[in-house]
Amino acid sequence: MTNPNPSAADLIRAVEKANSAQSLVDAVRDLADARIESASSLLIEALGYNNPGAAVAAVDGLVALGDVVVPTLLEQIDGYNYGARAWAVRALASIGHPDALETLLHTLETDFSMSVRRAAARGLGMLRWQLLPETEIEPAQSKALATLLPMTDDSEWIVRYATVVGLQALAIAIPPDHPDWHRKIHDRLSQMQATDESLAVRTRVKQAQAIISQFIQEQSNQTDSSISPDWQSILDKVYRRKASERPLEEGDPRRFKSVVATMSSSTN
Amino acid sequence: MTQGGNGPSGESLTIEQAIANIQGSDLSLRVYAAWWLGRFRVSDPQAVDVLILALADEDDRTDAGGYPLRRNAARALGKLGDRRAVQPLMDSLQCSDFYVREAAAQSLEALGDATCAAVLIQLLKGEIPGTLPAPEQGDLAEPYDAILEALGSLGITDAIPLIKPFLTHSIERVKYAAARALYQLASSAGEAAQYGNILVKALDGDDLQLRRAALADLGAIGYLGAAGAIADTLAENSLKLIALKGVLEKQVQRSATDDDLSEGAVHVMELMDSLL
Repeated sequence: MTNPNPSAADLIRAVEKANSAQSLVDAVRDLADARIESASSLLIEALGYNNPGAAVAAVDGLVALGDVVVPTLLEQIDGYNYGARAWAVRALASIGHPDALETLLHTLETDFSMSVRRAAARGLGMLRWQLLPETEIEPAQSKALATLLPMTDDSEWIVRYATVVGLQALAIAIPPDHPDWHRKIHDRLSQMQATDESLAVRTRVKQAQAIISQFIQEQSNQTDSSISPDWQSILDKVYRRKASERPLEEGDPRRFKSVVATMSSSTN
Repeated sequence: MTQGGNGPSGESLTIEQAIANIQGSDLSLRVYAAWWLGRFRVSDPQAVDVLILALADEDDRTDAGGYPLRRNAARALGKLGDRRAVQPLMDSLQCSDFYVREAAAQSLEALGDATCAAVLIQLLKGEIPGTLPAPEQGDLAEPYDAILEALGSLGITDAIPLIKPFLTHSIERVKYAAARALYQLASSAGEAAQYGNILVKALDGDDLQLRRAALADLGAIGYLGAAGAIADTLAENSLKLIALKGVLEKQVQRSATDDDLSEGAVHVMELMDSLL
C-alpha cells in the first residue's frame, strides 16, 4: 500500500490523536479491523501504550495481517518495555511463522519477564514447521524441544503452564519416527504430574496427556476406542508400524488416514 | 522455587537478625524486619512471638497517629499460619488505626479461624469505640471490604443480613466485597450465581482499577460462570490468567472423580491457553 486511501489515513490519524484511554482503544480497534498493511508499524507501536485494550486490538490486527508483518515485528520488538515485548511475542506466536524461531528461543531462555516467557513457550509449540525447507524442520524442532524442556522447572507457574501448552503442540507436530523426542516429552509431563506444586499446572498436564494420547490413538488406527492413559505404549506400537514413513507437508496423509479410519468405522 | 533468604534488593537478613531487629531501637529496621518475616513466611515460633509483641507497639507512630510497625506485624501474622495470633489480631481489630484493623481482618481471614466472627460483626456495625477512619478517605469509617471478605471466607452465615446492605455502598470496592462474601455464603448455586454476576457485570465497567479488583474477587471465589467474561474483559492477561487459575482450581477441587477433567475445567483451560 504505497498510496493509502483517505480512510486509511483517517484511521491512522485517529490513533495518533486519541486523547483518552477509551478513544485510543476504539481507534486502534478500527485500524486493526481495516487490515492495512502499511499500518503495521503503528499497530506494533500501540503494543507499548500501556493500554491493555489497545494492545489486544493491535495484536488481533497484526495476527489478521499474518506473515507479512513478521519481519517488522521481529525488527521492532521492544527491548526496553517488557509489556510491549510480551504483546509482540504473543502476536508472533499466534501468527506461527517459523522465522520467529530464533527470537522465541532467545526470549524463552533469557527474558526476565514471565509474561514474555509464557508467550514464547506457547509460541514455540505453535510454529508452522511445514513452511521451513524439509531439511530444516528437524533441527528447528529439536532446538524448540531442547529449549522448552528445562522451562518445566521455571519458578513461575504461568511459564510452566505455557510450557506444557507448547510441549503438547510440539508432541503432535513432531514426526512419528522420533520416539526419543516423544519419550522425553512423555517423561517430563509425567514428572510434572507427580511433582509440580501448582494444581493448575498439574491439571493442564493431565489435559495435555489426554490430548496427545487421543491424537496418537487416532494415528494408530486402532479399532477399540478405549483411550489408555499410557500413550507411551501406544506410541511404541505406532512407531513399529510407521517406522518407514516420513513426515509430509500440509494435507498430511496421517490426518487423511485418520479421516478414512473414522469414515470406515462409521460405515461398518 | 524455594523462597530465598534475601530481601528484594539484596538486603541479606537472617531469621535471627530479623527477630533481633524487630525488637531493636531502629524504627525503620523494625518495620522492615516485620515485613521480611511475613514475606519469607518465617513460621518459627520465636518470629511469631515477636510479631505478636509488635502488635502492641507504641513507639512507631505516624503524624496522623498510625502504627506502621503494628500494620506490618498484623500483615505478617496472616502469612505464618500460627493460630496463636488469632486472639492478638482480634484485639487489633479494636485499634484506632484504620490500616491496622484492615490488616488484622485480612490476616484473620487468612488464618481461617471463625472465633473472630463476633468482633468482625461489631466492627461492621460500628460498635467499637475509638476507631478512626482512614486518613486519606475520611468518609470510610471502617475497612469494610476486608471485614466483608473475611466474613465470607470464614463462612459466617449469621452475618448475611448485615452484609446485604453493603451491596449498595457508595464505594465500588466495598460493593464487590459484599457480593463476593454473599457468593461464598449462599445456600444454593443459583443464589450464588446471582451475586457472582454482580462481579461479572463489574468487568464491563469503565475503570481499569475496578475491573482489576473484580478480576481478583472472581478468582478468589472461583466462579465458573465468570470464566468467559474474565477472558474478555479489558485488563492485563496476567491478571486474567490468575483469576482463571482460581476458577480452574476451584473446579478441580470440587470434582469428585480424580481422573476426569470436567467440562468446566477444560473450558477454563482453553480460555487460559488463548491468553498466554
